[in-house]
Amino acid sequence: MARVVVDVMPKPEILDPQGKAVHGALPRLGFTGVTDVRQGKRFELEVEGEASEDVLASVREMAETLLSNPVIENYSVRVEDDA
Amino acid sequence: MRVGVVTFPGSLDDADAQRAVRIGGHDAVPLWHGDHDLRQVDAVVLPGGFSYGDYLRCGAISRFSPVMAEVVEAAGRGLPVLGICNGFQILCESHLLPGALIRNDHRKFVCRDQRLRIENNRTPWTSSYAEGAEITIVLKNGEGGYVADQPTLDRLEGEGRVVARYLDDNPNGSLRDIAGVTNERGNVVGLMPHPEHAVEELTGSGVDGLGFFTSLVVDAFA
Repeated sequence: MARVVVDVMPKPEILDPQGKAVHGALPRLGFTGVTDVRQGKRFELEVEGEASEDVLASVREMAETLLSNPVIENYSVRVEDDA
Repeated sequence: MRVGVVTFPGSLDDADAQRAVRIGGHDAVPLWHGDHDLRQVDAVVLPGGFSYGDYLRCGAISRFSPVMAEVVEAAGRGLPVLGICNGFQILCESHLLPGALIRNDHRKFVCRDQRLRIENNRTPWTSSYAEGAEITIVLKNGEGGYVADQPTLDRLEGEGRVVARYLDDNPNGSLRDIAGVTNERGNVVGLMPHPEHAVEELTGSGVDGLGFFTSLVVDAFA
């Protein structure tokens, strides 16, 4: 078993109302100095066997077809160590 | 004409859409998201609601339902398809329409009577309207902000593919006040406000939405 993590983030030029709401709340809680917040999604995929190049290619395909919408989001794929 | 109305798990406005189809003078044919068959309909409506719970992104999971494979294929052959609200989101996720719909810029759900201008009456869904007609229909959405990159927006404007535009206040931050768009061929239309809720005096703000359902006449898109 291997764990592959897909992070999906709104593209920089796309308005992120969720991030904006969080950004607005931080100073109200006394947290200052944060100049911007963007909110994304993290998918943890447990896959059979090793995280081979084939597996990663298939995960990238999943990321492009379902996990992200390339019109508004970017994604990145990485293998997470068990430690 | 036989107009199919797809019910997805989580569709809310399928019954209203069927009713609007009938008031518009057509037969409403209920279609199920798990169907592999469009039952020989002459047009399809994807209604509003929260298909598949809108988990992941609005319309993202519905786009892979069995019936959508048929809809995408038929749309490619010219079948008229109207997506309203969640249906618009499904059409964008299906790549039948460009762009995407994101959370409203003010972050609130909005529900109100909305003024619109019909910018393109050369689609099978808008031919009953005069070009430039100003109408008022219900709008209700939380993720109705239409976005696309600048070249896409310029192309939509240049090719007359903006079907409807918000008048007065922009309710959700949609770029260039876009309320609805059509595909290159003009048979697929996505619209964020709800014409199916404005087809009877008794229950709506008026009957300004009826045109979307009376526009389907054979010679409008022959």
